[in-house]
Amino acid sequence: MLFLQILIDGFAISALYALGATGFTLIFGVSGVLNLSHGAIMVAAAVAAWAAASVLHLDIYSGALFGVGVALIVSFATYFAVVKPIQNSTRIPNEEKEIFVLTGTLLWGIMIQELIAYFFTNNAKTVLPIVEGVVDIFGNRTPRNNIFTALVCCLVIGLLWLLVNRTRTGKAVLAASMNPRGVTLLGLELTQIYIVVWGIYGILAGIAGVLLGMFLGVSSYSVGPLTASAFSIVVLGGLGSVSGSLIAAFVVGYLETITAYMISPAYRTIPALLLLVFVMYIRPQGLLGRR
Amino acid sequence: MANFFSSRLFFISLVCVVLAATLPFYVSGYILGLLTVAFYFGVFAMAWDLLFGFAGEVNFGPTFLIGTGAYTAGILNNQFGWSVYVCILLGALASVVAGFVLALPALRVRGPYFGLTTLVAVLMLQNFVVVFADLTGGEIGLTIPDVITINAGANYWIALGFMTVSAAILYGLSQSPVGLVLQASGQDPVQAGALGFNIVKHKLAAFIVSAFFSGLSGALLVFYFGTASVGTVVDVAVGVNVIVSAVLGGRRTVLGAALGAIFLIVAGEFLRPTGELATFIVSAVALLVVLFFPGGFLGAALSREARS
Repeated sequence: MLFLQILIDGFAISALYALGATGFTLIFGVSGVLNLSHGAIMVAAAVAAWAAASVLHLDIYSGALFGVGVALIVSFATYFAVVKPIQNSTRIPNEEKEIFVLTGTLLWGIMIQELIAYFFTNNAKTVLPIVEGVVDIFGNRTPRNNIFTALVCCLVIGLLWLLVNRTRTGKAVLAASMNPRGVTLLGLELTQIYIVVWGIYGILAGIAGVLLGMFLGVSSYSVGPLTASAFSIVVLGGLGSVSGSLIAAFVVGYLETITAYMISPAYRTIPALLLLVFVMYIRPQGLLGRR
Repeated sequence: MANFFSSRLFFISLVCVVLAATLPFYVSGYILGLLTVAFYFGVFAMAWDLLFGFAGEVNFGPTFLIGTGAYTAGILNNQFGWSVYVCILLGALASVVAGFVLALPALRVRGPYFGLTTLVAVLMLQNFVVVFADLTGGEIGLTIPDVITINAGANYWIALGFMTVSAAILYGLSQSPVGLVLQASGQDPVQAGALGFNIVKHKLAAFIVSAFFSGLSGALLVFYFGTASVGTVVDVAVGVNVIVSAVLGGRRTVLGAALGAIFLIVAGEFLRPTGELATFIVSAVALLVVLFFPGGFLGAALSREARS
């Protein structure tokens, strides 16, 4: 009974983690950027969806769409205002660009967080779920929203897989992650690929943010923990490896759910952190990472 | 080293310190209190700069070292009532042990992987504080019975003196042959190793020195506040402030880091009337500096001097 409940609850949260981390790892794989404003973009999407419903009085679907749209805009803004100037800067030595991108996106994330707190306060906001009510699965009362969240996450990840492996644009993205110089030699503009990737990333982070807003609710305080969890899932799975992040997301999601149910919700994050430290020691490149 | 004492930087620093030392005679206790915190923060930022600017280690967890020192000192004083100075010393030693622990993964993993390990270290410490609430005071904070002194002027002088001495030691170290080896091993570990330098030993030393000053400063800070809490010495946001200070002031300059920290704290206070927008404005200014003056305050000033 408890086992089944853990299985169902853990699946939804893991799928959500997976969706959030996929975009993050995609950006890193293609352009080598660790985007520390990730959590802020997710929260911006959720708060926008909430505001669309409660301030602008849009219906649920338009609200969700509005949230994803905002995430897309913020994602492009991150690229054009912060990441691109640093990448193109002649005054920053190449070997230090990584730390500058980290610092820059971190500050950018704090700016978004503070703006959200200023205009919409720090209170937690819950987006009205698209599907309501509960269903009974073998005696476990499960909110329909849980199932909906898990389904949407799987669907979006499936679509992403099709996009990357089956379309021309996707193959260019894949190629850029393997060998950027080779791609430019084939006559593809690297900047355009980056723009496509940041677009995909914005949509993924937006969907993940809106779903999170329906599932758990968000506040401007969730920015830091969201970034940290995406970062640790991605490192656990191996930086740049999308399949690695998917596995890692489910490992972390289930580990947290099991701890919360079996020991105490207060210790929820500790085993995942211990596992992360352990993996860093025996396999520094992560589960499926390449060095 | 000899030409440092005749350089313009030395005279400017000297004048600044002497001017700062006279402040208690004519400014209010409020400003002194603000600057006291800013000076301790300056030491955090300088210690971080030694690790990042010179050893090339992206340490996202300066608060792991700071928090270990601060909480060890605070708990010893709270539980056993030992004298303040013994507690501060033991806090700094505990921080050195923490620095040693943090250095172990650094010798195995690099770049973002190491950055994450340090971030995890902070989260673990934070969990520890919350879980062992009986010992640490949990989320409410740890009450510390003793303080060094309650005189605002004396506290200010202690902080200023401590920062000046730390700055002299850290800056001297960074300009010494050891600092050059560190810089070389940070930029190209293979080549530095091939030249016959023991990289492991140098990096370990950098971690221990950085940890010692972070822990000492953290312990002094809690005895100034009279309380230790996650929000003031452990939280990731505090670590972010330390990193932003160092980058803002100019990485690889050591002294710039202290400048950045003082700027950050004073600016945050001046912007208090703008309410919740204060952090937004400070972050925006920091982002603009990162984008347009990547060398930071001191980096920009030094390169101008070098050109003329």
